[in-house]
Amino acid sequence: MSAALALLVRDVKLAWREGGAVGVALGFYLIVIVIIPLGLGPNLNLLARIAPGILWVGLLLAALLSAGRIFESDYEDGTLDVMATGPLPLPIVAGAKCLAHWVATGIPLVLLAPVLGLLLNLPLGAFPSLALAMLAGTPAVSFIAGIGASLTLGLRRSGLLLALLVVPLYVPILIFGVSSVTPYVSGPNSLWQPLLILCALSLASIVLAPFAAAAALRNALR
Amino acid sequence: MISLANPTRFLSLVGAVVPWLTAVVVILLGTGLYLSFFVAPPDYQQGETVRIMFIHVPAAWLALFGYTLIAIAALGTLIWRHPLADVAAKTAAPIGATFTFIALVTGSLWGKPMWGTYWVWDARLTSVLVLFLLYLGLIALWQAIEEPGRAGRAAAILALVGGVNVPIIKFSVDWWNTLHQPASVFRPDGPTIDPSLLTPLFVMAAAFTALFVLLHLIAMRAEILRRRVRALQQTQVARAAMAEA
Amino acid sequence: MLDLGPHASFILAAYGVTAVAIAGLVLVTVGDDLKQRNLLAALERQGIRRRSAAKSTAETPTTPGTERPSAKKPASKRKTTPRPRKRKTPS
Repeated sequence: MSAALALLVRDVKLAWREGGAVGVALGFYLIVIVIIPLGLGPNLNLLARIAPGILWVGLLLAALLSAGRIFESDYEDGTLDVMATGPLPLPIVAGAKCLAHWVATGIPLVLLAPVLGLLLNLPLGAFPSLALAMLAGTPAVSFIAGIGASLTLGLRRSGLLLALLVVPLYVPILIFGVSSVTPYVSGPNSLWQPLLILCALSLASIVLAPFAAAAALRNALR
Repeated sequence: MISLANPTRFLSLVGAVVPWLTAVVVILLGTGLYLSFFVAPPDYQQGETVRIMFIHVPAAWLALFGYTLIAIAALGTLIWRHPLADVAAKTAAPIGATFTFIALVTGSLWGKPMWGTYWVWDARLTSVLVLFLLYLGLIALWQAIEEPGRAGRAAAILALVGGVNVPIIKFSVDWWNTLHQPASVFRPDGPTIDPSLLTPLFVMAAAFTALFVLLHLIAMRAEILRRRVRALQQTQVARAAMAEA
Repeated sequence: MLDLGPHASFILAAYGVTAVAIAGLVLVTVGDDLKQRNLLAALERQGIRRRSAAKSTAETPTTPGTERPSAKKPASKRKTTPRPRKRKTPS
């Protein structure tokens, strides 16, 4: 158990220390949110209506950008081979790395989202549900990204391929994530339903994705 | 299945089946088209455009059939290590993708006269669009990995992950679609399907299914031969190298 | 011709796109099949045959994709096993 924790801490530290991936993801999120009003016009009412959707889409794109790095650097220098034959079961290794992605990249994106929501005139009342929904949904984002990263390990143009593979799997997260925030859903009860489904998606991904990722990693390491 | 695991025996089976299956496809397609155009009456609500249903619905069925086939083949690759499973999966993807494309385009062309717009984020159309993306992902993954064994296993994993997600995606899209009330009340297959419309539908569905199987078998044969050709070309190169050495 | 109503162009377009898509699929599939058969025939004409092509009855059911070039092993008899041979790490 402590070995898995050590791996998690190591990966989080590496992600933050390199400075590259996390900063780039945050910067990309900012850029996406900035250019959309530039493209759509400054109508604040329109922006407020589409803000939940755009905030979620931007988050997914930014997460996709950083997803390739989950296994890449360890694959390139051979550390992944060592981990695969080591004492930790490979699904736990994969799970720890996905969790590290969530802690190192996912959570900062979630923290940035409300700030960007101000740019999009998101009503203040929606901020708590936005934060809650993103916290509930981003584990699924990271773990599914882990499946994509393990399938495309070491391939040319893996970034684009990863996006193509993972985006269809993100559709439920996106739909329920936005439904948790949109002010059109009347009444607090209906806000809970999509949120709970988001939690279910995340829990299911946390449990199942590591096995798929481990199988793909074993495949790539042969 | 086990007896078909031998590629050479499979190839001779394909050679035997292709001619008469081609005849079956031609007969079914001919009958189906005749029924669709000259026998089926216009729908009381949708008029003549109901004839689009005779290709749209079977194409959608085949789109799902193709993905199911790929998911089962994926199990064959990963669990039972059936030698032809990854060949089956690889060759089914472009065929399934084509039928999905046909479903999308005919659905769109049906939508314009019915709903007034070429695209509608109707739950069904959206789900089929996502299915199309899943197919594209599978094809892209096959193209990206050079070694066939690794490619087969990776694609199998992706197919199963996608397969688990297909019901979830369908559910989420249905949910999303009920939040935003649809603009029109028409459902794509009309209020109830009259028997006079069912017959052409089923004949066309049978025709498309036979066509899928026919093309799939031919494509599997081509893939098996491609691998043999590659192996022999490697022999050729190795012999030339040895002759020079 | 028969009257297809006011939306005839959509119906014809739908059938037309379908016909083109299916025709394209058929051409690509059958074309690829013919190409591979021709390539194989050309190679066999040059005398490069598969190891097991000589034995017509005792065919080994191996995955073609994992066969190694036969130049390295002249006339060895491979065991009949339905499993692919390359497996370095136990899964």
